[in-house]
Amino acid sequence: MTRAGARNLLLHGAVLVLLFALNFVLPEYHRGILSRVMVLAVFAMGYNLAFGYTGLLSLGHAMFFAAGLYGAGLTIYHLGWSVWPAFGAGLLAGGVVAAAIGFLALRTTGVAFMIVTLMFAQVFYLGTLYFTTYTRGEEGLILPQASRKLELPGAELILTDPAVRYMTALTLFAAVLVGIFLLVRSSFGRALVAIRENEERMRMLGYDVFANKLLAMIVSGVICAAAGAAYAVLFGYVGSGFAAIQYSILPLLWVLLGGAATTLGPLIGTLFMFYVIDIASGLTRAHLLVVGIALILVVLYFPKGIAGTIRERWLRWLQ
Amino acid sequence: MAAMMPLLSTKGLSCAFGGLRAVDGVDFALPCGEIRAIIGPNGAGKTTFVNLVCGRIPASSGKVFFEGRDISRLPAHQRVRAGIAYTFQITSIFPGLTVLDNVAPAAQRPSARQVAASGSSRERALHALEEVGLGQYAHQQAGHLSYGHQRLLEVAMGLALRPRLLILDEPTQGLSDGEIENFIALVREIGRKATVLLIEHNMDVVMALSDRITVMERGRVLAEGNPEEIRADQAVQRAYLGA
Repeated sequence: MTRAGARNLLLHGAVLVLLFALNFVLPEYHRGILSRVMVLAVFAMGYNLAFGYTGLLSLGHAMFFAAGLYGAGLTIYHLGWSVWPAFGAGLLAGGVVAAAIGFLALRTTGVAFMIVTLMFAQVFYLGTLYFTTYTRGEEGLILPQASRKLELPGAELILTDPAVRYMTALTLFAAVLVGIFLLVRSSFGRALVAIRENEERMRMLGYDVFANKLLAMIVSGVICAAAGAAYAVLFGYVGSGFAAIQYSILPLLWVLLGGAATTLGPLIGTLFMFYVIDIASGLTRAHLLVVGIALILVVLYFPKGIAGTIRERWLRWLQ
Repeated sequence: MAAMMPLLSTKGLSCAFGGLRAVDGVDFALPCGEIRAIIGPNGAGKTTFVNLVCGRIPASSGKVFFEGRDISRLPAHQRVRAGIAYTFQITSIFPGLTVLDNVAPAAQRPSARQVAASGSSRERALHALEEVGLGQYAHQQAGHLSYGHQRLLEVAMGLALRPRLLILDEPTQGLSDGEIENFIALVREIGRKATVLLIEHNMDVVMALSDRITVMERGRVLAEGNPEEIRADQAVQRAYLGA
């Protein structure tokens, strides 16, 4: 491994160790926030694969998150499935939706791609409202406490317990971070970046651009669905709000803030947004104004996102 | 005899944009190992013709054969895998990536042909850069290279594919005289291993390099022959050489 590779490995390992240690020192309130941030950072990492690395500016990723959320939530709530198969159902739902939407939407590029993904996500959102008998629409479903247990060989984890919830979120986050870390260093990951940079060139180097993009969409969709499914079982609430346009825009914001096409950017961006909102709403009722100003400042001084700008200016080796 | 079979041939290849027949019923054959130039006035259909060959634009009618196989219906990326490499008329590189990373995608994609190829994909990429003389720039950002070096990088990307047929679309456009001289030597070297199809306006380059020349005018083949024959051809002189 190269020196840059070793540094990256060390840095990513250190981040995971730090997150692990925080479980034991953080006050309850902040530990709760961080659990949520880690799950949503997984969502952002999935989005980053499509947007940051492959250059697919999707405005419909809420549907992949929601596919996972409902895939897990509905099977638990209505069919009484346990957490493992329900989580699997969430991943499957995300993968199937991403494959279908990718297959159709990837015939377009640029603005048309944004609009097509936005429209499909809107259809998905309206679908969750239409089938309100099963989803209870905006009001949503509260998953019964008794169902939120993770069976492991020789143990049963109660996911409603804050420490267990934190560690479960961290486990998912770590698994996805390692997966993305390896993926973007693989020949597939490098091909995605090259497609983002110059699609026609890659086609004339013998790459099936459509197939590569479709695979990127499916992997991205499955990761986002993993975040959604985890959200359902960890926080016990499944509602249409998570399929709304807001949840397509948020991962875009998190990734832009943290740094598109950086492995740690999604975590940084998600964490930053959460705390800016948290601190601002403690100071003033006009907290969205503070959020807006914070966003403008970041865009002005960190145009490539926090991690992206750090990489550009100081740490060239940062992955 | 296999030797009699051309590497590339087209039968009645045509492409119409609206009413304009940019390429009009071209029958063309390119034997293995040749360096062939296509010349002709602007708008003669040269670039359209090679784009039909490599599949970047669909043909209105006609067929393309490569190594005896009908590839008319293959998408562009599969034609590349079959062994046709195309370098762009307008430089098309990955400006944000390093020079080495520009060549890596071409070197790393495994094809049946390349299984036997030696070395890692990184070594193959470096080798292609050495061949065009860009080895020392491997770790620079490609967008920061001079124009002439970017043209060479284009060629290196083509070479890293280890093609049977390398199509060069106006490769010397915008190069200085010194660069052109090096380029002629480079294409000669490439010509030992691959068949080369060259679109070129610079007649010195054409005359220095090509085994045979195809002259196109208004979408059709006007004449074909070795450099001396083309130089002497009256129809060519009227249409193109301006005599």
